[in-house]
Amino acid sequence: MLVTLTVNGVRRGASVPPRRLLSDFLRHDLALTGTHVGCEHGVCGCCTVLLDGEPVRSCLTFAVTVDGREVTTVEGLARADGEMSPVQRAFAECHALQCGFCTPGFLCAVTALLRDDPAPSERQVREGISGNLCRCTGYQNIVKAVHRAADLIAEES
Amino acid sequence: MKPPPFGYRAPREVGQALADIAAVGEDGKVLAGGQSLIPLLNMRLAAPGTVVDINRVAGLDTLTAGPDGVRVGALTRQARVERSEEAAAVQPLLRQALRLVAHPAIRNRGTVVGSLVHADPAAELPAVLAVLDGSVRLASVADGERDVPAREFFTGPLEVAAGPDDLAVSAFFPALPPRTGTAFHEVSRRHGDFALAGVAAVVTMRADLGLEEARVACAGVGPVPIVVDVTAEAGAGDRAAAAHTVRERIEPEDDVHAGAAYRRHLIGVLTERALAEASRRAADA
Amino acid sequence: MTAKLFGEPVGRREDPRLLTGRGRYLDDLGSGALAAAFVRSPHAHARIRDIDVSGALDIEGLVAVYTFEDLPPRVAEPLPLLIPHPALAHGRTARPLAKGVVRHVGEPVAMVVAHDRYLAEDACALIRVDYEPREPVVDVEKAAEGGPAVHADVPGNVAAHLVQEVPSAAGVPARQMIESAPYTLAFRLDIERSAPMPLEGRGVLARWDLDDRSLRVYSSTQTSTGVRMAIAARLGLPLPSVEVIAPDVGGGFGVKLVHPWPEEVLVPWAAMVLGREVKWAEDRREHFVASSHERGQAQFVRVGFDGEGRVLGLDVTLLHDHGAYTPYGIIVPIVTSTQLLGPYRIGAYRVEFSSVYTNTVQVTPYRGAGRPQGVFCMERTMDRIAAYLDLDRTAVRAANLIQPGEFPYDQRMTFQDGRPLIYDSGDYPESLRMIKELIGWDSFAEFRAAAAADGRRVGIGIGCYVEGTGVGPYEGGHVQVTSDGRVHVSTGLTSQGQGHETVFAQIAAGELGVPLDRVSVVTGDTRRLGYATGTFASRAAVVSGSAIALACRKVREKALRIAAEALEADPADLVVEDGVIRVAGSPGAAIELATVATLANPLRYAFDAEAARATQFAAPGDPDRPPIAEGEEPGLEGRAYYSPLRSTFASGMHAAIVETDPDTAEIKILRYAVVHDCGRLINPMIVEGQIHGGVAQGVGGALYERMAYDSHGQLRNASFMDFLMPYATEIPHIETAHLETPSPLNPLGVKGAGEAGVIPVAAVIAGAVEDAEGIVIDRMPLSPSDLFRLREEAARRR
Repeated sequence: MLVTLTVNGVRRGASVPPRRLLSDFLRHDLALTGTHVGCEHGVCGCCTVLLDGEPVRSCLTFAVTVDGREVTTVEGLARADGEMSPVQRAFAECHALQCGFCTPGFLCAVTALLRDDPAPSERQVREGISGNLCRCTGYQNIVKAVHRAADLIAEES
Repeated sequence: MKPPPFGYRAPREVGQALADIAAVGEDGKVLAGGQSLIPLLNMRLAAPGTVVDINRVAGLDTLTAGPDGVRVGALTRQARVERSEEAAAVQPLLRQALRLVAHPAIRNRGTVVGSLVHADPAAELPAVLAVLDGSVRLASVADGERDVPAREFFTGPLEVAAGPDDLAVSAFFPALPPRTGTAFHEVSRRHGDFALAGVAAVVTMRADLGLEEARVACAGVGPVPIVVDVTAEAGAGDRAAAAHTVRERIEPEDDVHAGAAYRRHLIGVLTERALAEASRRAADA
Repeated sequence: MTAKLFGEPVGRREDPRLLTGRGRYLDDLGSGALAAAFVRSPHAHARIRDIDVSGALDIEGLVAVYTFEDLPPRVAEPLPLLIPHPALAHGRTARPLAKGVVRHVGEPVAMVVAHDRYLAEDACALIRVDYEPREPVVDVEKAAEGGPAVHADVPGNVAAHLVQEVPSAAGVPARQMIESAPYTLAFRLDIERSAPMPLEGRGVLARWDLDDRSLRVYSSTQTSTGVRMAIAARLGLPLPSVEVIAPDVGGGFGVKLVHPWPEEVLVPWAAMVLGREVKWAEDRREHFVASSHERGQAQFVRVGFDGEGRVLGLDVTLLHDHGAYTPYGIIVPIVTSTQLLGPYRIGAYRVEFSSVYTNTVQVTPYRGAGRPQGVFCMERTMDRIAAYLDLDRTAVRAANLIQPGEFPYDQRMTFQDGRPLIYDSGDYPESLRMIKELIGWDSFAEFRAAAAADGRRVGIGIGCYVEGTGVGPYEGGHVQVTSDGRVHVSTGLTSQGQGHETVFAQIAAGELGVPLDRVSVVTGDTRRLGYATGTFASRAAVVSGSAIALACRKVREKALRIAAEALEADPADLVVEDGVIRVAGSPGAAIELATVATLANPLRYAFDAEAARATQFAAPGDPDRPPIAEGEEPGLEGRAYYSPLRSTFASGMHAAIVETDPDTAEIKILRYAVVHDCGRLINPMIVEGQIHGGVAQGVGGALYERMAYDSHGQLRNASFMDFLMPYATEIPHIETAHLETPSPLNPLGVKGAGEAGVIPVAAVIAGAVEDAEGIVIDRMPLSPSDLFRLREEAARRR
């Protein structure tokens, strides 16, 4: 079946069987390998992308189901001129990543979190990222980065 | 962990969906949010011949909150219900419970009706439907539409009173009577996990602020949500007695996360906490 | 010269790539490669009667199916026993594909290669294996008591048995010391099985070049040189024809150190046989049953002590659950038994362990590698002594600490590298003082009283450890300055998120006097450096860092010599700053390092204008000497190896305050504090990150993560739904403080930091819960359900 999505603002299509997971569609059919796959049962959050702006698990979505819709992946978070988004910059500044495998999922989740709540409390941040596993950082610097990103967004808007 | 091959149908209106479901029968699976079905497919624990994907069916993504209650369409995502002020005003227990369902990214795709139909005994939403004695509206080509009350809908772990030809098109959560408060308390291992035990409570006060009715539904401690009327105990002001009654009614089991004795103990604690909070809210209502 | 960058919290150079989706992890490579999948045993113990692959042959897109019978002898034979040890009398390793018998759920039985992973899994589902189930043994005690034999030729299931005895200074053995001690205690402790569980599974991609008969393998490994040598040996290829690259690796924590995994042999072999690129990316379900676990141990302790709590004799017997195979030898129980002593001077010590086979996934090192168990044992012992004597727990520890004046301190044992266990440096009393201050140990009683007044239950715990880091045998560093002025650094060990590209660049930039952004670092690529050991045992900064520093010093020396000639100055008068070599006190006399690099390589051919400077008529040189002097090499590059004499010993002390819910038995960590000493810090930001991550894994091991096997050897929680790795909501804020006692053993004065965070956490939490509850905690992990049961038992006893 032909599946066409608008990915990071660009219309992209490929012919795939109905069982193709959105995660595999992005990674293998569209060669956007920034979205990672850590469990394929919806718990780790590595595969989180934005579907029409809302974070979803791309491993728990068939590509064919979301035919015609808009997807943003980690490759689409930076500005058009290549400058990293405030969330990306905050992650770098706060050392919020180590191996980097879970990071794309966190970036997508945090981007949506801060859009909906520009000044979250510590508790809201921890709950807001609680659908994403990280095995390296112990989360402390991720939490710090979310607060820092909130500050950067506020400064720049 | 890739899903097995399956036939695929993507109807665009309800009539076609019902026809597709009838056509594929036992060998079919309905796909809505997919947050329970797709993990099973990825693990190859389910291998339907055909998946009927209802995500494009018009008219199923409804959410109406009226004086009688909240009706949630089959495609309405949990996140939308959670955020709806109208739904929260009519039936606050929905939001109280939805905040405990998995994580935001799951709630963005997962549907309320899907969670009811999946009927995981540890899930929050079946307990909500049960304690409110709401209903699920089923539709099929042969039988048309019919409402099944919660007490008849949940028949066993992951089992509901819906035939292979049925599509659950909506669920109805009745509004609260006046002077009524609700609460949902649970203990889970990690934030967002299925509850080791959970209690949904509904408490209604009389005009003189005496207790008129108190009811709880328990999750994670039996094959289906277990509803217990504790009006007598709570009416006498004895929440510990209410907890005792509830403990006697449940059928908890051991699993990798907790022992049955602990779950039985926990249900008592959660019953007292949920009743206390629901009573406070009823008094404020 | 190194002062400027060394020690600074320099931002990571890996991050821009990893933050924008441009990381290259294993499954991001090899677009279009064939996909491999495996049929794995559903039984914990069974004989294979027959394998019928015919059902799979109809799958469109199937390329090949292989069983044991299809493998050539060299490929089929058992995988290597990586670390032999005289005590490992019955070491056993798996074959890449099972021959006749399977010994744990998940053991590979057949390999399928197809056009994509979906099709490969379809084919796997259609392969029928006829198993004759045998009785498995899962419980380590049952196995040791003569339960069913995991290996028919290893009766009693004991792979290894080792006794180590360190008598008192006066020569009295531990058991005798205990007999004659004023006080004695005896008890049992248990630690359950867990797993490293990186978020990226293992994976292998192999590309066979038919034209020049060479093999390129990408593996998500912690040791690309190890994988390379193993593959070359297995496949009968000349070593120079095999190159192995560790791309970006999504976490390792020990599991990717084992090599070769069955898939690391089979996938390259299939690529050669098929003449096609083949890839295998492990999925999560496979990872649970096919990749190593660790931690499971039963400990039997006897201790004798005096009235101050000084340990006069300690006698520990360990039953170590080794799973079905011992590819990594007995490193884990050796580390437990040697590192158990921690920062303490123990009167006399006897430790005995049995490594026991069970029908479960093999056990190999997981971050901490046996230390969390050893520290659990020692620290629980300290707490028991304190409770028995009614002394403050920190006072008992203080009474036993090795003092700063006692270094080097010889524990008189043999460490995991076969070398003497001699602590190089440390300041344990200062560390204890710092942790007490950080957590507020002395004012905790007031906090507890205030909490109790509100009906809350709180407790405090402490745990101390010493960690041998930076083990040998060696690592290398290669540093090349090219004529564009860029500095290319490579080392053979691999990276899984430790920030090597940053810290090694800090070292190189500091040593060479060049701006950081001119330095690039490559790790784990055998094309760049063929000699290496791997990333484990908190050794990268110590061993590779030192090697890189030494290589830079060689380069710098050569650069100064060439510059001195060009500037007609004495090398001793030269300084290097910002990539420019200057004569001190003579502002005009300078030469770019780039130019020196050009001059270092006498040329016949000018490939660009800059290169023309080095050609034979432009730089004629001394006609009486050859263009390259004897003993010299062309180019401005250097290679050095660092081989440590012994491990260097990092240390730390953690403390936590927990709250237990009197009703639900939920356990919440209110505060977590760490004092950490890893010698000189290269990049404090990165060290802190390592500690945070380690503590989080420790919290997982203390309160959440366990591998729950049933008596049939089925793993009941083989998913992230049920194997409970903590989310942000479960991990406390971690407060840290650093103490820096430099190591005298290496040129940088550094010690390792990678594993530290995880080591004492279970001990700390157990102590804190025990303190809150007044119930003895002798088993980890501890769930609310477990705590409830302990409360009920305690209530019945009262």
